[in-house]
Amino acid sequence: MHERPLSPHLSIYRFMYTMALSILHRITGVWMAFGLCALVYWLMSAAAGEAQYGRATVLLGSAPARIVLLLWLAAFCYHFANGLRHLAWDAGLGLERRAARLSGRIVLALALLAFLGTAYLLFCPRAGFA
Amino acid sequence: MSLRSPLGVVLGRGSAGEGVAHWWAQRLGALALVPLSVWFLVALVRLPLADYAAVTIWIASGWNLVWLVLLLGMMCWHSRLGIQVVIEDYVHSPALKQAALLLNSAAHAVLVAAGAYALLRIALRGVP
Repeated sequence: MHERPLSPHLSIYRFMYTMALSILHRITGVWMAFGLCALVYWLMSAAAGEAQYGRATVLLGSAPARIVLLLWLAAFCYHFANGLRHLAWDAGLGLERRAARLSGRIVLALALLAFLGTAYLLFCPRAGFA
Repeated sequence: MSLRSPLGVVLGRGSAGEGVAHWWAQRLGALALVPLSVWFLVALVRLPLADYAAVTIWIASGWNLVWLVLLLGMMCWHSRLGIQVVIEDYVHSPALKQAALLLNSAAHAVLVAAGAYALLRIALRGVP
């Protein structure tokens, strides 16, 4: 078996908020992988016909499901914004300490704004699922 | 200047020789997902999601099916590569690691196949 390179484990470093942003990228990514199951369930229900789609809509529109869906939406907003930051780093941009810390704050602000906006549009005015 | 650590030189094992392809594949997936995921989120906001006819007609019309299949494929691809790295970082027992990697690949293969099947079935049923 090949020995593939590992990511640096964080426990040996002094804590910085940029570390929290880094591990949050990983946590939101893993969390969204489970969201794929919900997305495929939704598509399979639509493929199964109107009755099954109606049952899926009731399930996905229930209060506990809404909380889970909102958590997926929040995870997406953060992972997307921070993913753009990672792509910029990969292009060699913004790697200086000051720039990396500033972009971390910008990412948090953008993710929060995007989450509040899309959550409002999806769930408030016309009750989205229901 | 050599970038290899003294331990690496002594052990003489070199690099694993396969990191770059994985790294690059994950970035390509991420790049594709930037426009695709934004498009999908905007569509979700605009669709009346409880309306079966509206949703299935939207899936079947125009280029939507193409973007949806691409989105699904890229999400499963990016997700599989990401979970793989997490497993490699945190699961240390070789047997358990191999089992987890296999399960990861299998689960994502099932997800992408099931999703694509559902999308095609909706689209090929014909617009009602």
